[in-house]
Order: sequence, then C-alpha cells, then structure tokens
Amino acid sequence: MSVQTWTFLIVGATFLLYIAVAIWARAGSTKEFYVAGGGVSPLANGMATAADWMSAASYLSMAGLISFMGYGGSQYLMGWTGGYVLLALLLAPYLRKFGKFTVPDFIGERYYSSQARLVALICAIFVSFTYVVGQMKGVGVAFARFLEVPFSTGILIGIAIVFFYAVLGGMKGITYTQVAQYCVLIFAFTVPAIFISLQMVGNPIPQIGMGGTLSDGTYLLDKLNLLSEDLGFGSYTTSGMDDRINVFFITAALMLGTAGLPHVIVRFFTVPKVRDARKSAGYALLFIAILYTTAPAVAAFARTNLLQTVSNTEYTEMPSWFKKWEGAELISFDDKNGDGRIQYVADKTANELTIDRDIMVLANPEIANLPAWVIALVVAGGLAAALSTAAGLLLVIATSISHDLLKNYLRPNISEKGELLAARIAIAVAVVGAGLAGMNPPGFVAQVVALAFGLAASSFFPAIILGIFDKRMNKEGAISGMIVGIVFTTIYIWYFKPQLGGPGTPDGYWFGIRPEGIGTLGMFINLIVALVVSRMTAPPPESVQQMVEEIRIPRGAGKAAAH
Amino acid sequence: MNNSTRQAYWKKNLQYLIVLLAIWFIVSFGCGILFADTLNTIKIGGFPLGFWFAQQGAIYVFVILIFVYVVLMNRLDKAFDVDEQ
Repeated sequence: MSVQTWTFLIVGATFLLYIAVAIWARAGSTKEFYVAGGGVSPLANGMATAADWMSAASYLSMAGLISFMGYGGSQYLMGWTGGYVLLALLLAPYLRKFGKFTVPDFIGERYYSSQARLVALICAIFVSFTYVVGQMKGVGVAFARFLEVPFSTGILIGIAIVFFYAVLGGMKGITYTQVAQYCVLIFAFTVPAIFISLQMVGNPIPQIGMGGTLSDGTYLLDKLNLLSEDLGFGSYTTSGMDDRINVFFITAALMLGTAGLPHVIVRFFTVPKVRDARKSAGYALLFIAILYTTAPAVAAFARTNLLQTVSNTEYTEMPSWFKKWEGAELISFDDKNGDGRIQYVADKTANELTIDRDIMVLANPEIANLPAWVIALVVAGGLAAALSTAAGLLLVIATSISHDLLKNYLRPNISEKGELLAARIAIAVAVVGAGLAGMNPPGFVAQVVALAFGLAASSFFPAIILGIFDKRMNKEGAISGMIVGIVFTTIYIWYFKPQLGGPGTPDGYWFGIRPEGIGTLGMFINLIVALVVSRMTAPPPESVQQMVEEIRIPRGAGKAAAH
Repeated sequence: MNNSTRQAYWKKNLQYLIVLLAIWFIVSFGCGILFADTLNTIKIGGFPLGFWFAQQGAIYVFVILIFVYVVLMNRLDKAFDVDEQ
C-alpha cells in the first residue's frame, strides 16, 4: 500500500476513535463541562495534560529546531519541562485545594476584587487565543500536506473535529480524547526514533543510543561535532559564550510561562484530591519527558544522517525523499559553483542548500527508509498533537467567557442550564473564530510562542504564587504588578520584533536579552512592584487571610469545585 | 487544629521546597547552562556531561524531584494529621 492510502487509513481510524470517546464522555453539567466533574484519575489527567501541553510545535518542529541549533536547542527542552516542577511544588496542590473552576476565579477571590478578575480574564483570553491560532494553522498545514487538500479545507476539517468533541463533551470529552491522543502521538513519535536508533548505533533506546557509537567505532556525537565543524557550523554540543545569557533567560521564561499558562493550570482542578494534584503533575511530566528526551536523540540522528547524505554529493544521486520535499519547496538547491555537487556549509555565500527545519521529523522516517505505515503514523501523531492542544485552549477561552465573564460578572443569576448552554455557544464561537484567524493568520502568529509564554510568565505566575505564599499580598499590589508586568513585556516584545512592526534593533536589547527571554525580567518586575505596592497599602481583609491559611492545608478539600 | 501546628507544618513544607528547588536550579541552570562548558570536558560514554545535563539529565531529575515531593508531602500531611480522608 502507498503512503497516501496508509495515511487515510490511520488518520481516519484515529479520528473515529476520538469521536467515539467524545460521545462516550459527553458532559451533562457545568461541573463536568469545566472540570470534568473533578473525578479524573491522576494517571489519566497526567496523560491528558501531556497531550494538552505538547502542541504541533513540540511534535513537529522541536526536534528539527534542536537539530539545527545543537546545544542551543536545550533551552526548549529544559524550558518546557522544568516549569512542571514549579507547577507541582508551588501551584497545583494549592489551587486544587482552593477548588474552583478557573484561574480568574482564584485571582478574583484571593484579591477580593472584580477588577482583578477582569484583568486576569483578559490576560487568559489573550494568551490562549494567540496560542490557539497557531495550533489551527498547524492543523491546516498538516492536513494540506498529507491529505493533499487545500490549506483552508484542512483547517475546516480540523474545525469540524474539534467542534464536535469540544462542544459536546467540554472538559470531560476533551480530557478523555486527550488520553487517546497522547497514546497515538507518543507511539507515533517513538517508533521511528527506535528504528533509526537501531539503524545508526544498534541500540533500541534512543536516549542511550545518542551517546552510542557508529558502525565505524566513533561516538555519534563526536562524529557529528566533527562534521559540523568541518562545514563551519561550529560544534554541535557546545554553545558560544555570548549566547549563555539568552539560553538562561529564555529557559527561565519558558519555565515560568509554562507554570502560568491557564490551559495547563486548569487541568489540576480536574482531579479529586490535593494529593492527586501533586501526583498528577508528576505523571504529566513523566509522559512529557518520554517525548522530550527522545527528541534530542532524533535531532542528533537526523543531523548526522543529513550531513552525511548531502555533503558534497552529486545532486543527481540524491534519494527520492530529497526530490519529494524539493517539490514541496521545503528543500531548495542552488548550484552556485556549477559543479553539480551539493555544498551545504555555514558560509551563506557558498552554501547551496536551504532546508526548512520543520521537515526533519516528517522526513526522518523516509530518510531512514522506514515502511510506509510508519510515515502515516507520524502524520496521525502530528494531528493528534495539534488537535489536543487546540481543544484545551479553546475550552479555557469558552470557560473565561461563560463562567468568568457571564456568570461572575454580567449575569450572576444565570441558571446552571443557561450557563452550560452559554459555555457551548462560547466554545463554538471560539472554535470558528480561531479557525478563521488560522486561515488568514495575522502577521504575529509566527511569534505567538514568545508572546504567549512571556505574557503568562509576567502576569499570572507572580500573582498566583504571591497569593499563596504571601499572606500580606493585597489587591492593590497584585493588580499593579500584573499590569506593569504584562505591559512591560508586551512593549518590549513588540519593540524588538520587526515582524510585529517594532522599530528596535538587537543593539538596543537590555542586557542583551532577546524578546523571547524578556518574560523572565517581566516576572521579576511584576514581583517587585507587587511587593512594594502591597506594603504601602492596607493589608487584605481577615477573611481572605483566613482563606490563604486554608489553601495551605490539604485537609478539607471538598469534592472538586463544591460551591 | 491550632495555630502553632499550622505554622510548623507550613515551615516544614517551605524547607522541602527550598531544598527541592535548589536542586532544580542546580541541574538545569547550573549544570545545563552556567557550568556546561566546564562539565563538557568530562565525558560519560559518548556524552559530554554538560550537554547531557542540558538535553537529558535535567529532565530526568525534574521527574524524580516531583515524585520525591509527592512522597515527602504525603508523609508530612500524615505526620501533622492534615491529610485528606
């Protein structure tokens, strides 16, 4: 069977699975819709969190990125996993004990202020929407490339699927679909990695194989360093000195952002107990780590394979995958010196080959000559990653509108049924809105990751941490901290991102920090402003201080979200 | 539950957090970034050690840290009689 047939078969089968799960797990109450009834086991919640968390970017782009960046790619690996330690130790158990539905719920009650709730609400919608537009675009690209349908049709198929299970099932449907999606995506990511590791170093575990030896007896990483240095790319396993500060700041911004992203935090409202919230964060990270420790191995294998295959080889002798991706305009060859061979070097004037980093994961099975079904599996995995993240984000947006805005702000007397209907309408509107925005993405979409993480790090993270660990923190401090933090970060990112129309140049970076890492500084500014302002204004009311005392102790956590 | 036991429980919790987060910082920002070059002079099998921490080791330690925290806190909750029944 051809790759195309396999793709239709496997993708079709996984979609049927998701829909079946969604019908089985449809939601009947707002509690089921928002937090899956609060009865999800820590193991299932860990898997769902992992699928929610790992987006199309983690699945498709990250290994490619690392493969081209070498050591520099470590910032993504540590940044997107280390945040879970902060979540597990500093946030998840306390927010579960607090026991409501959303992040704005917590901010609003802890800071006894509907303005604080509103600020949190706007941040949550803004962060989630920028992020989801990128996911919808990813869905469109994946469908377009593999089912050979136009990009816009691809997005429409994506909208239809997400619409179906998110509107029907809410958090409950999404959670159990995500469990299925996690299984698909992790299987699809590790199978090719195992095959390639066996081929290259004869070890079935890629994490160990990465440090193994090639058939000629040299260590893979030594060989890779040698090849990279010969071509002028610099050593694969070390960093330049001037880059150290940025790896530091970007890693920190991604960690702090992870711990502040509403669609991740809300997952810890869905487990039955405080104890489960802690354990669930551990499972989530374990499931994420399986992919995140495989990815750098895939990156090193792919890079070595690529350099060995193309370097100084006759263009006419290139294998079929090369031609295929050349046809899709993701690889281009320009024979500058007219010798008919490919010169792939760091020097831009002599380099003849341009490769889109995103194809590394997709092309890898073909480069390694794996069977057609493996290639189809990789496609299904990519779609699972994009769909699961999109659904989780859309739910946050819908909840923010129906619960935080409507129920707690505009129409407090709305009935349970009315709120559930509003939540369904909100998610339907959000799915369609995100799809349309993904079809015609505004210029900032490519930059959304930097933006979403920076904003989450500089707004929510300090406000929640201080709300738990600093009893004296009051609404004046928290609100001014959030506003100063998010405004500072937004302006810095806009100013130094030419893609967003900002006038800044890299010479003007503060302390040499790139916009991707500025969320770390924004977080500290938020923290300092909040502490200073709170100490100059009145302490929070006695009842709120009492509430903080209660959050700190596990006993007495009602069944999830008992009002 | 009286106020001083509450304070004692919270203080112990904070001590755990400080130790665990110190390890978190040392393996990632320390071994993986600040001292990566120095550690790279040591090789374990085919891995330069600093590079291994940045792309593998730090992540393993993160997972272990969370599970250690789970065990420590479950014990602490029981010792102070604040666990969920």
